[in-house]
Amino acid sequence: MTPLLQLKGISKRYGGVQANSGIDLRVDAGSIHAILGENGAGKSTLMKLIYGVEVPDDGQIIWKGQPAHLSNPSDARRLGIGMVFQHFSLFETLTVVQNMALIVPGSKAALSARIRDLGARFGLTIDPRAVVHSLSVGERQRVEILRCLLLNPELLILDEPTSVLPPPSVALLFDTLRALKAKGMAILFISHKLEEIRDLCDTATILRQGKVTARLAPRERSARELATLMIGRPMPPAVHPTPQGLGEQRLELARLDYLNDDPFGVSLSDIGLSVRGGEILGIAGVSGNGQQELAALISGELTLPGSHRDCVRLMGLPVGDLGAAERRLRSFAFVPEDRLGRGAVPDMSLSDNALLTAHSRGLVRNGFIRRQTERSFTADCIARFDVRTPGPHAEAGSLSGGNLQKFIMGREMMLDPAVLLVAQPTWGVDIGAATEIRQRLVAMRNKGAAIIVISEEIEELFEICDRLHVLHKGRLSPSLDVARTTVDEVGTWMIGAAA
Amino acid sequence: MTILAFILAGTLAAATPMLLAALGELIVERSGVLNLGIEGMMALGAAIGFVVTYHTHNPYLGFAAAALGGIILSLVFAILALALTANQVAAGLAIGVLGQGVSSLLGKPLESQTLNAPDKLPIPGLADLPLIGPVFDQDVVVYLTLILAVVLWAVLNHSKLGLIIRAVGESPGAARAIGFPVVRIRLGAIAFGGALAGMAGAYASTIYTPLWADGMIAGRGWIAVALVVFGTWQAGRIVFGALLFGALSLGGLIGQAAGVALPSQVLASVPYVVTIFMLAVISSNRRRMRLNTVASLGQSFSG
Repeated sequence: MTPLLQLKGISKRYGGVQANSGIDLRVDAGSIHAILGENGAGKSTLMKLIYGVEVPDDGQIIWKGQPAHLSNPSDARRLGIGMVFQHFSLFETLTVVQNMALIVPGSKAALSARIRDLGARFGLTIDPRAVVHSLSVGERQRVEILRCLLLNPELLILDEPTSVLPPPSVALLFDTLRALKAKGMAILFISHKLEEIRDLCDTATILRQGKVTARLAPRERSARELATLMIGRPMPPAVHPTPQGLGEQRLELARLDYLNDDPFGVSLSDIGLSVRGGEILGIAGVSGNGQQELAALISGELTLPGSHRDCVRLMGLPVGDLGAAERRLRSFAFVPEDRLGRGAVPDMSLSDNALLTAHSRGLVRNGFIRRQTERSFTADCIARFDVRTPGPHAEAGSLSGGNLQKFIMGREMMLDPAVLLVAQPTWGVDIGAATEIRQRLVAMRNKGAAIIVISEEIEELFEICDRLHVLHKGRLSPSLDVARTTVDEVGTWMIGAAA
Repeated sequence: MTILAFILAGTLAAATPMLLAALGELIVERSGVLNLGIEGMMALGAAIGFVVTYHTHNPYLGFAAAALGGIILSLVFAILALALTANQVAAGLAIGVLGQGVSSLLGKPLESQTLNAPDKLPIPGLADLPLIGPVFDQDVVVYLTLILAVVLWAVLNHSKLGLIIRAVGESPGAARAIGFPVVRIRLGAIAFGGALAGMAGAYASTIYTPLWADGMIAGRGWIAVALVVFGTWQAGRIVFGALLFGALSLGGLIGQAAGVALPSQVLASVPYVVTIFMLAVISSNRRRMRLNTVASLGQSFSG
């Protein structure tokens, strides 16, 4: 049988980075094929080449036995290739049907009817008149998938489709994908989540540093084997915190309401939580349910009016009306979710970035920077937290995601804060560095710090946290004890279905 | 004619140069490009329109030449802003200064010359109404500009072309990912904006005040830019803002003629201040502003 899609020796270079080199791939109709690899392994680049967003430097793309030249996504769509992007390519201010009309021919009424019809057949119900910015992430993904299906593709590419979904929605998505496969569609499924791939996919191609390292049937291998092939060495062991005596109350939020006047933002209502020394509290939930607002309220980037200063208490004192700098003076530290721009200034050296939050550690005297001390503080941070970089003079923007995250975490940890807030600690960080970061957090907890981790990765929270809250549409679930709860229970809270 | 009738009749014509330029800028900004060179493009269009009409006695030729001049100048801006991904603010300001300079140069030999304004085109029936009759006795460009405002509103909100322009303005990256030629679409929008700015200038110099004086655009291009932003990128509000400005500037003239005891500079500044203030009040609703703001406005995009 002729394969539906075949790649021969595909290579692509961006500047000095060889994103793909000599990649061969074969996808058959009626099958789900996984592309497995770490962040930066070249998965997304490869998909962009297949979808015509980028053009390969070298190699051949063969569609149903014929060489194909794809210089534009519309070429790919004409052949019958559809793609669901990781960061959705939807337009927030347009309605669902307007988004579809951009690439699907037909009148609005006809499109709306087809959207409802396809939605009913594949479990992708959505209101065609809804404006996209009012939809949840899961609903947006449905819109993307529907937009592809309206063009009757023979190959559907999904780039990390589950990274944004709560577990119950993942199960729904998989049902949809299996139904599409049964109709004879081929699916390219890109992921770094091993269990999902073993669950869903028939065949898999593993990429590492832009090259194919294995082709296999994922159901016949263990997750551990797949991980080893993916990262090129055995997986580092996970550390779980052991129960320990708790210290005093360090951070407390009570009856905290926040009304967001940004229509694309989330309002918080009646938030209550508390963290003691020696524990890690996790905030689970799909991004966009109020995580950014909650982090900003805890860090002091958003302040409350004086009448509500009691809603946030740090070390027993009301701080709701204090700004970020004043809260940091009270032994609070914060690692924001976006490393470049908020966690660090991309064009400044690591030394100068260290100065930004560690200035109180003797790096400044009489208003002047002590360069020597600044450099040795930075060098110390680089050495202790295993940051791979030429040295303290390197620009923050030149570091890889994982290394920069280690540096920022290190900088905040060296301040030895009583309370540490970390948002999305391992977003876009490779598995090795992510494991190290989690180990550091647990070590810090064991030494008595109070830590709050906001994360989308449930597995990560289950690995390191003592207790969990789930954030859904600006409301916080009751505290769940990690030892006694289950992924399913947390998943139910994540979609707001729990009582 | 009473004062009221004078204002009613004159408002539309006074508003037309700003409105025409602002409608062009609306399309440019909706596609995500901030063109601050409008003032210069209007000035260039005014000079070209005047010179061509003066020598050929054909106002249509004058308008066509002014549109062409506006397009050429806007393409220079497009080369800087799109091809070379230069900072749009800086590129727009530079092009604006260039346009004003060329305008002075072209107009120099005809300083203080006059033209015959074309005849007005009363709408039969309506123009004879008491009081509001003069509103329906305008030149053809006024009618066409108002029709254009309605057409552009419909295109932006109810056509695929409008969807594409808005999509490119909201997220050029996503638009490219689904296969739209972002740069070409923006180029088209810039050229359209340039053409309208050129014609707006020609209207000011050949119809509204058919007399050449250097610097005659006098900030109306900037008002056009302000109208677009404070009108929250919506055609209806831009029309409202332009009419308000037109009415107030006429009111100022009347005030001066009637000998109001205020310095003429103060009276002349009233329309600017009041228009900006009114539009600022309209756009002060942060929520509505955020929903209508063009997300990628002013950001360079390559690819």
